[in-house]
Amino acid sequence: MNAQAPVPAKSSGAQRAMRFVLPVIVFAAGLFAWELVVRIREIPPYVLPAPSVIVLTLIKDRAVLSQSLATTLVTTLEGFVAASIGGIALALLFNQSKWVEYSLFPYAIVLQVTPVIAIAPLLLIYLEQQTAVVVCAFIVAFFPVLSNTTLGLNSVDRNLAGLFQLYGASKPQTLRFLKLPAALPYILGGLRIAGGLSLIGAVVAEIAAGTAGAGSGLAYRIAESGYRLNIPRMFAALLLLSLAGIVIYGVLALVSHLVLRRWHESALGKEN
Amino acid sequence: MIEHKASSTVEAGLTALAVSLRGVTKVYDNGVMALGPFDLAVRKGEFISLLGPSGCGKSTVLRLIAELSAPSSGTVRVARQEGVPQPGHGIGFVFQEPTLMPWANVRENVRLPLKLGGVPKAEGRARADAALASVGLADFADSFPRELSGGMKMRVSLARALVTDPDILLMDEPFAALDEITRFRLNNDLLALWRGLRKTVIFVTHSVFESVYLSQRVVVMTARPGRIQADIRIETVEPRGEEFRTSTAYSDYCRRVSAALAPSYSGQSTL
Repeated sequence: MNAQAPVPAKSSGAQRAMRFVLPVIVFAAGLFAWELVVRIREIPPYVLPAPSVIVLTLIKDRAVLSQSLATTLVTTLEGFVAASIGGIALALLFNQSKWVEYSLFPYAIVLQVTPVIAIAPLLLIYLEQQTAVVVCAFIVAFFPVLSNTTLGLNSVDRNLAGLFQLYGASKPQTLRFLKLPAALPYILGGLRIAGGLSLIGAVVAEIAAGTAGAGSGLAYRIAESGYRLNIPRMFAALLLLSLAGIVIYGVLALVSHLVLRRWHESALGKEN
Repeated sequence: MIEHKASSTVEAGLTALAVSLRGVTKVYDNGVMALGPFDLAVRKGEFISLLGPSGCGKSTVLRLIAELSAPSSGTVRVARQEGVPQPGHGIGFVFQEPTLMPWANVRENVRLPLKLGGVPKAEGRARADAALASVGLADFADSFPRELSGGMKMRVSLARALVTDPDILLMDEPFAALDEITRFRLNNDLLALWRGLRKTVIFVTHSVFESVYLSQRVVVMTARPGRIQADIRIETVEPRGEEFRTSTAYSDYCRRVSAALAPSYSGQSTL
């Protein structure tokens, strides 16, 4: 027997480095040009703050901003967890019973296609503000989890399903040992989308909530700073939001990679 | 007295059979008649091949025997091991593709039938390792399917079919996707396994040469709906080896089987 383990293709180190270095260069050049334009033309900070001013604001207002960041992240996390559990649970329910799927799936779609910014004010009337914000994050994020998990549960290899049937696998066994592992790459893909979307949902709801109360998330800070013409702080809050989104995506992509790296093509493609 | 004797001989005849299909037909939901009426009797320990053109219902026969689908009419009887409650344990199935779970390593793939049957983990692992050793893959228990070649994956699939120690092995064109050298080697290994274990093997193929080389009986099927065109017994000195593959007796059998198969292809001018 010959072991024909695939040899990972040698990716040239230079190319890999360039993929990292080039965007950084572009970013630095953009910042430099921005700084230059603001200084030469002496644009006042309330029109367009220079990057240096934004960084200084970030440091100066760190107490307020970090507290807002924490609030937004907690909201996002709550929405994400609710969406993940809800989406996966509903998909499993759909998979067990066609009747439930036929009865409920249209409403899942309605929930998805209705713009959340239009639902948020209504939610704010009926729910406590913090709950409403989390519900918004949930509504936006849960559909990709639901539809991806459904897709995954339905893409089980037909022969493998036959094999499980042949060996008299019970329904829970088939679910645990066949359907869930087969659906795992799809579920993780859904979660990756849901992570970013729950941040968007949280932001949208915070903006809709506006000055209505104790809300102090980053989006609320942006709106508030806008009213006060504190443009540098708007940019600083936006920067934090953007970073939060990148970190959320990165963490979920990493989790997905770690879980799948031993067997799934998507993870193998990255390594080779 | 005479009646009693007659019925007991019928029973004796039935117990010697591993599989019997009587007047079996299969009509798919879309109205296509895939099979039949089809009659087949396979004795215990026999190695038979089902040979026929694509879409003639060969795989359907296996699926019916394995109870993966139900016949539209007729009866399918499979002799069961005594004291085996779980369905399927008397039958091992090797699919056209290796059909391995990509997320589990080789040992776990082979252990699957035992795990589903509630065999304790330690015992299951030991039996899986033994089955892997019997197909020459003892060193690959911890590998993942993607790390194996096509022939090795097929061996894993075979080990999984053997791990429950079934009486009957159903094989659905298992080597069709492999290169010829690998295929010959697996043919020889399969024959060696069969000689050692004396399982009943029903082997589906569309290769005349493979069917004659492997089996004691070649059952040639017609194009859809599949019926039996010819039932040819292959008699030669056992154990078979490479000298049989190159003998004139072998080529004579191949010619006979090909001749029996020819009418099934006559209507298919595009092939």
